[in-house]
Amino acid sequence: MKAARFDYHRPATRAEALDMLQTLEGAKLLAGGQSLVAMLNMRYAFVDHLIDINRVEGLAGIALGDTIRIGAMTRQRDILESPALKARLPIVAAALNFVGHLHTRNRGTIGGSLGHMDPAAELFGIATLLDATIHVESRRGPRDVAIADYPQGYMTPGLDPDEMIVGVTLAPPAAGHGWSFLEFAQRHGDFAVVAVGTTLAFDSAGKVADARIVLCGMGIAPLRLAEAEALLVGTTAEPEAIAAAAEIAGRQEAMSDALASETYRRHLAGVLTRRALTEARARASHGKVQ
Amino acid sequence: MSAVSIRVTVNGTPFEREVEPRTHLADFLRHDLGLTGTHLGCEHGVCGACSVLVDGRAVRGCLMLAVQADGAEVTTVEGLAQVEQLNPLQEAFREFHALQCGFCTPGMLTTLMQLLEEHPEPSEEMLREELSGNLCRCTGYAGIIRAAMKAAPLLKAQRENAA
Repeated sequence: MKAARFDYHRPATRAEALDMLQTLEGAKLLAGGQSLVAMLNMRYAFVDHLIDINRVEGLAGIALGDTIRIGAMTRQRDILESPALKARLPIVAAALNFVGHLHTRNRGTIGGSLGHMDPAAELFGIATLLDATIHVESRRGPRDVAIADYPQGYMTPGLDPDEMIVGVTLAPPAAGHGWSFLEFAQRHGDFAVVAVGTTLAFDSAGKVADARIVLCGMGIAPLRLAEAEALLVGTTAEPEAIAAAAEIAGRQEAMSDALASETYRRHLAGVLTRRALTEARARASHGKVQ
Repeated sequence: MSAVSIRVTVNGTPFEREVEPRTHLADFLRHDLGLTGTHLGCEHGVCGACSVLVDGRAVRGCLMLAVQADGAEVTTVEGLAQVEQLNPLQEAFREFHALQCGFCTPGMLTTLMQLLEEHPEPSEEMLREELSGNLCRCTGYAGIIRAAMKAAPLLKAQRENAA
């Protein structure tokens, strides 16, 4: 099985890459290639020019401050194995354990995952949960895209054709937050049928100060449950509050496809949300942190 | 649609070749270098049969273009054994009947080389989870897991001796 013919380009700098992206007709960026190369092999995708950004300098790395910035070409593997990130924001590694397999994580990148925008992709869910800002560049200059404005349709990111993702900034909850990432998939490493990510941060009085819940696999993009999050804030996340939040998760719109019906996805969303919130509550430092 | 010149070291031997950009690494190894130990199953990144090591990391040979391996060190199943001497993992595969038809075996072996290097004391559960990315339809994985558990300390000792 072969991809259709294309020309291959390997820029060394961002400026070169952006020049190519702007001037070459029918061009696509090659990041980790773990979805794109498969699509090219299967001839689901055709390109005239492939711009391989694997050797562009300065696109990989993890910088931890008040927020966390991850370079677009940082391999999933390196994100998963970062001890500093695991200590600060353990949910990222927990989610990445569900992403593909050793081989695909060795190559796959966070920027590639966000650019591909599979609706059930765990990293897309994490970006949505953590109020990500996506940093993009083109010859026209840099631009920041809020994750809420990013999805434009099914596998269609809110990027112009000459724009390249260069990094993503995640906004972590307060230290001591509880977290959980749970997923139902047909096989380990598959895209989720439904996945749920949640973080709960408690104030010194033991009340929820910051609740975040995201559902993946329900529609074209991960779904934040603002109503359920608002319901949990100010509670102790006791079982009744968790049940009410899970009930909200279970009545969201969901798609039907070959993997699962809408009804089944809703059922999974409710069950997984309850379990995830319960786990996140147990992991949180109650009343010990501001 | 011009060919690209690449230099790649495979199992310690340097090669220089012209490749079409669309040629993936597994096809390059098999067709251009004649290293047919790397097997191709699905050719779209699902089965893991074509797994090889690139700079020590397991990759799916069908999801990486040969041009991307320019300058890299690639290890295929042919590079695991010394002349006439299987490595401890291969030896354990034989001992525990960890293969039947053998189609998945090169991918299993290369994947396990990275896994066992990073986890010298693996749990069976971890191995089963990680090897879900390599499909075997003969063995039910039981022999493969036993072989990996047996080989883990032997490979560690081998690495320590080499160091």
